Amino acid sequence: MGQDSSPLFAGSTGTLRLIGYLALAMVLMVLDHRNGWMWRMRHGAAVVVEPLYRLAGLPVEGMRTLSVAFADRRRLTEQNQRLREDLLLANAKLNRMAAVAEQNEHLKELLDTQRSLDLNVQLARVVGVDLGAYRHRLLINMGARDGVKPGQPVIDAHGVMGQVIQTLPTTAVVMLITDPNNALPVTVERTGLRVIAYGSREGDRLVLPTIPMAADVQAGDRLLTSGLGGRFPPGFPVGEITHVAPAPTGMFLEAQAQPSADINRSEDVLLLHDQAEPAGPPEPVTPMGPPAGLAPAASSSAAPPPRPAQGGRR
Amino acid sequence: MNRQRLGMWWFVGTLVFSLLSMLVPLPDVLEPFKPYWPALVLLYWSLESGDRVTLGLAFAMGLAADLLDGVLLGEQALRLTALVFIALRFRSRLRFFPIWQQTLAVLALLLNDRILLTIVRVFAGDALPPPIWWVSPFVGAALWPFVFLLLDDLRMRLRLQ
Repeated sequence: MGQDSSPLFAGSTGTLRLIGYLALAMVLMVLDHRNGWMWRMRHGAAVVVEPLYRLAGLPVEGMRTLSVAFADRRRLTEQNQRLREDLLLANAKLNRMAAVAEQNEHLKELLDTQRSLDLNVQLARVVGVDLGAYRHRLLINMGARDGVKPGQPVIDAHGVMGQVIQTLPTTAVVMLITDPNNALPVTVERTGLRVIAYGSREGDRLVLPTIPMAADVQAGDRLLTSGLGGRFPPGFPVGEITHVAPAPTGMFLEAQAQPSADINRSEDVLLLHDQAEPAGPPEPVTPMGPPAGLAPAASSSAAPPPRPAQGGRR
Repeated sequence: MNRQRLGMWWFVGTLVFSLLSMLVPLPDVLEPFKPYWPALVLLYWSLESGDRVTLGLAFAMGLAADLLDGVLLGEQALRLTALVFIALRFRSRLRFFPIWQQTLAVLALLLNDRILLTIVRVFAGDALPPPIWWVSPFVGAALWPFVFLLLDDLRMRLRLQ
């Protein structure tokens, strides 16, 4: 039985070739899963990839432009009116807050903490590109060239949206808080209870599966970032609890929450620049030595800088 | 000669276009129903011009798609290679099926593709997708006759190979 003539090994669709390609694909997947090669390759391929993103984002951009161009006057006027009112209200609140904030700063100075209320932000636009089904990620039009770094929190006017997980030269990928792979330390505003909010499988809400049975949590409670973990600054709104029930295991309460940010509708987002100071013991002080001029030459070849931390629980 | 080159460009153009349409988002409501365009276009070409579509091409295209959507390098390469392999293996039969039978075959191929994808994602440690996620292959199969006729018609009109 000559194998060459058997249909299994014939032509360019031979089973051997198939097995070869499948094995290659699997090796790639394992390697990528282990060391995240993909992003190094994407950096290399950014010259091709980014224009394609721009191209694919054009239909959405066009739809936005069209909806503005053809929106009727009355609706625009109404929207304008509403925005004015919002602005007025926000300004009034701000003015009232200013005095309190100043007092707060003062007290904090006395207490010797460095947490400030200032926001250092950068406005970015969402590029309308679909990055794979049920991966809850966004593409924004700011990248490494604009000083965006992985780990930066992303917010919109209503609350936390997510964090930057990877940057390309002129675009960056944001992992939303509703991604099943995302975990966010939060506190319940009313009681100060600290819990962790995970993204959900459906991707439109947050799940808090590990609330202690005895804890006082109700529907309608607001969740704020707790600042633990040092990635998100404390005090930003995250969501509102919609319902609480005992978890199937019977060990915890499980709550579901609606994110406060307009996860699916935001066109403009804010990138927070100053990240929260990491919680934990302070950095060890570098030991004092002889002045740099006197140091032996070998010490200049110090260990390479550590890799920046990856975002989320990838 | 020129016509042949034009045919080649048309071939490459449809493949690139299918990758782009993979990236273009649909409105929120329709999002789970989005068909897997690269698979549909690759299927068309593997039925119509089987000598141009090889496993290597499917693999390369899958890699390109992986680079674009940035999930896991090799995932779509694996899926598209498996899909094209089955299509090429049964090409002589599939080509002469009436269109409704072909549609059923495409449905089976797309479902198989989704199963592969689920297996890969579960191995990579992801949560299982929600049930509505399984609608996409049906939408893809329902669109198949139109994709097929449209691409065929355009090719006839342009008198390309």
